[in-house]
Amino acid sequence: MIKIEDMYKIYKMGSTNVYALNGIDICIEPKEFVAIVGQSGSGKSTLMNMIGCLDKPTSGEYYLDGNRVTKMKENELADIRNNKVGFIFQSFNLLSKLSALENVELPLVYKGIGRKERYKMAHKALERVGLGDRVNHKPTELSGGQQQRVAIARALSSRPPMILADEPTGALDSKSGQEIMKMIKELNDEGKTIVLITHEHHIANQAKRIIQLQDGKVVEDSEVV
Amino acid sequence: MKWVESLRMALKSIGSNKGRASLTMLGIIIGVSAVIVMVSLVQGSTNQVTAELEAMGTNMISVTVLGRGSNRTIEVNEMLEFAMDNSDKIESVSPFISSKATAKSGSNNISTTIQGTNEAFKTVRNTDVHQGRFFNALDIERRQKVALIGSYVSQELFGTLNSVGQEIKINGEIFQVIGLIEIKSNSSQGSEDDRIIIPYTTAQRLTRNANVNTYFIQAKTSETVDSAMTAVEKFLVGIFSDTNSYRITNQADLLDQVSEITGTLTMMLGGIAGISLLVGGIGIMNIMLVSVTERTKEIGIRKAIGAKRSNILQQFLIEAVAVSCIGGIIGILFGFLLSSVIESITQIPAIPSMSIVLISFSFSAFVGVFFGWYPANKASKLNPIQALRVE
Ligand SMILES: Nc1ncnc2c1ncn2[C@@H]1O[C@H](COP(=O)(O)OP(=O)(O)OP(=O)(O)O)[C@@H](O)[C@H]1O
Ligand SMILES: [Mg+2]
Repeated sequence: MIKIEDMYKIYKMGSTNVYALNGIDICIEPKEFVAIVGQSGSGKSTLMNMIGCLDKPTSGEYYLDGNRVTKMKENELADIRNNKVGFIFQSFNLLSKLSALENVELPLVYKGIGRKERYKMAHKALERVGLGDRVNHKPTELSGGQQQRVAIARALSSRPPMILADEPTGALDSKSGQEIMKMIKELNDEGKTIVLITHEHHIANQAKRIIQLQDGKVVEDSEVV
Repeated sequence: MKWVESLRMALKSIGSNKGRASLTMLGIIIGVSAVIVMVSLVQGSTNQVTAELEAMGTNMISVTVLGRGSNRTIEVNEMLEFAMDNSDKIESVSPFISSKATAKSGSNNISTTIQGTNEAFKTVRNTDVHQGRFFNALDIERRQKVALIGSYVSQELFGTLNSVGQEIKINGEIFQVIGLIEIKSNSSQGSEDDRIIIPYTTAQRLTRNANVNTYFIQAKTSETVDSAMTAVEKFLVGIFSDTNSYRITNQADLLDQVSEITGTLTMMLGGIAGISLLVGGIGIMNIMLVSVTERTKEIGIRKAIGAKRSNILQQFLIEAVAVSCIGGIIGILFGFLLSSVIESITQIPAIPSMSIVLISFSFSAFVGVFFGWYPANKASKLNPIQALRVE
């Protein structure tokens, strides 16, 4: 369970303060499917980085499954990112020198899983996203949609309970975007918590709950009917 | 994460950037091979000199009368008597006269070195005959005109090494060749094989000089060298009031001096070569810093999916160490190759020792750790959010 209390993230730009997060209170239960929407610059990515333990807030508290994340050390945060969170980015963020399989294996390497086991798990994850025949391709040898599927496989490979996707369809055409959304929905059906950032209404509407941000504040939080 | 994984990552990254990696290695390769070449050449020369010194005979003390501050010389009999009195420490004594002379046989003639000495020279200076016989006490007493000739002399005068029994003319006087001195060097002009040994009594006449200014004294054992030295010293002080009138040296002291000189030489040359290794290390640091900047995004991605600071540090550090170690190994092989090439060209023996290989390899590994640390640490400290934002 994600519990965020009165969270602020303030960037000092010269003499002015930018309130990327301006007093956020959010609670997300396990197995929810939440879409975060809002204008550009409203603080969506900043919030997601907080949830994914990539960044630390200026003030406020964050509890993940009852553990106080805001007091954790770097190594513990790394462990959470490795075990509890799977990231999917708009620009895929794959390592260009590694093959699809090696990219998917990477979280498992940091988890300390042996070579054979790792290979099996990564292969399975790639099959799962329909790329069982592309394991040895480099990211540059794949289409955008395929690259994003590799990224999904990577997010899945260490079997985290939570997937964080920052505009996963933003760089894709509508057809591949829809394929990616289908996969994300399936993951939610299997019981993973999904937090998804998007600009597009028809994508947000596929979630079960929509949180709208504006100037670092939650302005609307509603169930999708 | 196991360090094998870091090694695998490091090798992969080196492999995907071969040109740059090999240029980076070049500094280390040059440094290591320079260390190996320098040190093995010095080592080889040292061994050669030491072997030559040892071949002169061990436990040997040499006395040279310089004649400064005194007109007194030492008679051979005085010296022999002294040796008899100290027979507990002194095995034997050889008087020694050396001068240039012309040797002739038929129409062949050469200028060579004449050495006049006694029968003890055989053991004192480790000089045996290869063919024929050494002269004996009787030859000395009777001032026999007998000669032992070196292989070079034999070749030049007779065109063969089978010259025992032949006659030669030394400064116009006829000598009988009774032995061929065993080959000590490479049978060339000016070497130890270019000489004639005759009884010192005969030599005194031939050179018209009755003074013997050099004596070689053989101590009984290596343990008695020091006490023999003291005895000789005392004996000489008794004769010459001035200690500047003579010089006593012994083999061990000479060896010590040689090893001291070559030790300094090794340190100096090794140090200079070591500096080039250091420069190579700075090259590694430079390239690793560039690499960290270039791979900021990669570092961000790795951190986002769960890499700890220590994982990133390990990866970059091992990459630096791998570059310097591979460079080190290539440098060692190259150093060996270069040493043997130099050896065959200059005839200076090169002896690459295991210890210098180990030292230079571990030094290059150390250089990798030392100069890799800063960039690796920098990489590990990158903030993942900022790193991810870099294009
Ligand atoms: N490192 C930073 N330094 C200064 N300001 C920052 C920094 N990162 C984010 N901001 C500011 O914080 C605010 C929120 O940024 P954020 O990236 O969360 O927006 P977003 O909602 O994800 O926008 P978009 O839809 O364009 O991705 C923006 O005004 C941005 O300028
Ligand atoms: Mg954003």
